Amino acid sequence: MVEQTPPMIQVQKLVKRFGLKTVLRSLDFSVQPGEFVALLGPNGAGKTTFLRILSSLSSPTLGTVTISGYSLPGQAAAVRRRLGVVSHLPLLYGDLSAEENLTFYGRLYAVEGLKARIDEVLEIVGLAPRRRDLVRTFSRGMQQRLAIGRAILHDPDVLLLDEPHTGLDQDACAMLDEVLRQVSGLGRTVVMTSHDLARAEDLASRFDILSRGRIQASVKAEDLPVNGLLAFYRESLRAADSRPRHEVAA
Amino acid sequence: MASKPRLLTVLDIVTALLMAAAIYMVFIFAPMERVMGAVQKVFYFHVAAGWAGMLGFFVAFVAGIVYLITKQSRWDRVELAGVEIGLVFMFICIVTGSIWARPIWNTWWTWDPRLTTATIMELAYAAYMMLRSGIEDPERRARFGAVYSIVAFISVPLTFFSIRIFRTIHPVVIGSNDPTAQGTFNMTPAMGQTFAFSLIAFSFLFAALLWHRIRLGKLQEDVERLKLQLQS
Amino acid sequence: MRTAVTRPAGTPFVRSMLAVVWKDLAAEWRSKEILSSMLVFALLVILIFNFALELDASARREATAGILWVTLAFAGTLGLNRSMAVEKDRGCLDGLLLAPVDRTAIYFGKSIANWLFMLSVALIVLPVYSILYNVNLFNPGLLMVILLGSEGYVAIGTLLSSMAVQTRMRDILLPILLFPVIIPVVLASVKASYGYLQGSAMTDIQPWITLLVASDLIFTAVAFMVFDYVVEE
Repeated sequence: MVEQTPPMIQVQKLVKRFGLKTVLRSLDFSVQPGEFVALLGPNGAGKTTFLRILSSLSSPTLGTVTISGYSLPGQAAAVRRRLGVVSHLPLLYGDLSAEENLTFYGRLYAVEGLKARIDEVLEIVGLAPRRRDLVRTFSRGMQQRLAIGRAILHDPDVLLLDEPHTGLDQDACAMLDEVLRQVSGLGRTVVMTSHDLARAEDLASRFDILSRGRIQASVKAEDLPVNGLLAFYRESLRAADSRPRHEVAA
Repeated sequence: MASKPRLLTVLDIVTALLMAAAIYMVFIFAPMERVMGAVQKVFYFHVAAGWAGMLGFFVAFVAGIVYLITKQSRWDRVELAGVEIGLVFMFICIVTGSIWARPIWNTWWTWDPRLTTATIMELAYAAYMMLRSGIEDPERRARFGAVYSIVAFISVPLTFFSIRIFRTIHPVVIGSNDPTAQGTFNMTPAMGQTFAFSLIAFSFLFAALLWHRIRLGKLQEDVERLKLQLQS
Repeated sequence: MRTAVTRPAGTPFVRSMLAVVWKDLAAEWRSKEILSSMLVFALLVILIFNFALELDASARREATAGILWVTLAFAGTLGLNRSMAVEKDRGCLDGLLLAPVDRTAIYFGKSIANWLFMLSVALIVLPVYSILYNVNLFNPGLLMVILLGSEGYVAIGTLLSSMAVQTRMRDILLPILLFPVIIPVVLASVKASYGYLQGSAMTDIQPWITLLVASDLIFTAVAFMVFDYVVEE
């Protein structure tokens, strides 16, 4: 039934090479508005590279990427306005307070009613009491919270997260899950890479397995038996490994 | 893997013949300069090497611009070839200049605009090589290399003029009669012919080396690709 | 050039540029890392020159312009490196690039902030030098030269430091990349400063000022045109 609406993210035949090394080989990927996709796969499968391309930080070698109807890298500014990104680094300035960091990014995104929005976001990520403290003094978990606040500040249509749970304690993870559910509940599209299958299974509505530069398998949450993600993940990787590799010489 | 193009072989042979002829002209054909004597013969290859060096940096500058527009790695290879060859020729130019300056100016080194500019260029392009060696990702290496080859080349005329405003003692042999320059001489027709011939010979040498270096870069890349294919 | 394409979706150029300047100044106001390290280093360089050159009254007259500019150029690389390292440390450069702003707005924002840092250092070094050596450096001509010279310096320095910070060698690479190409700016600044301090005739100073302005314009224009390629993958 979702097939009628145009996809929020549409990736076709995406190839990314670093010099002679091919990281993504003709990857196809499509996300409907409101979907929460967990991108799973072993280390070196190209998850981070793929996310960097989606977030417009890296341009594709070949293939097309369209987000919300705008293509990359041609209409990057329009795409950027609709994207929120949480990378494995916090992207924050240590010598600015939480509030000042948000003020700065809010100005870059030309957010309307910035002051009120900052109050709102600080409330969501639970940093309101420490709004005037320097980010330098924050723990890893608090920096990550603020990083999420930074990513949702301009109310993006699409949220991209690269291993957001890494290095977080239980409380921070719970808070992150809470924020993600809230964002996804508002009908926003979320793409998240993860190593943590249990957490991913809790949150996402779809699971894509990325290995050897391609999406090898995809399954919707409702089609998966309870706690069936691990089995699905292993089965997909095994199938991918046994498939002969048709290397395309560059 | 492509075998050596026939035109390149022809170019190699022509270059070898031209260089042999240029050496003959410099040492046998051209008359001995009356005041300076044998050391004046440095002049023919000194200027020709400087010319080839500038040509190399200019090729790198143009290839850098084309690379940024097209993002094709072949232009990166052209740029690197231009810089490497330019570095060698400019070095030859500086050393031969020093050999000439010792008896004529009575010093190995002076802070003359051309000499100083050549040296600063040499340093800038040495920095270019260091910049490249500090980057793993070939695409980024090519981009940064292109940017720096453009910046470095554009600063050359500015550097030259800035040092030019100081007084110069470097002789300007062609089209100048500045009385303060030391070591000027009037070229006889045979000297002029030798000089022109050296420039042509060095231009051919430059072209042949550039082609070989670009080809070497391509072969290097092919080897890398084959290695990667073997691994996977 | 890609920068010429209009991006209606982007945040206005001046607004995003000023945001970057404000951010750099606010962070510096907190930490004072850049200014304090540049200042202490600049004063140390001046002291070392004093011992190395045995500056008596007449030597000082000859050497002041040179010492000032060597000091500013060395302290400048320190500031440029630090200012870019801040962007790289917590991935902030990616944060800037993720925003819907023109890349050249980021470049000019960083350049203006770096320029202000360099001018602040000069503003403190000048009176200190005047007191230490009993020479009057408050000369409008000299101030203008410092304004022009540091502009050219940060124009190309900001570009090169954003490259250097993305390499394996990071901060050691900046002076090596910067000094060979910045010589026209430094030389013209030294000579023009010398002219003003000696009270030379305007005809002697003019060619240097012309060269300085030309270098500033050319370097700023080139950096403006290629900055996109330094940050866009």
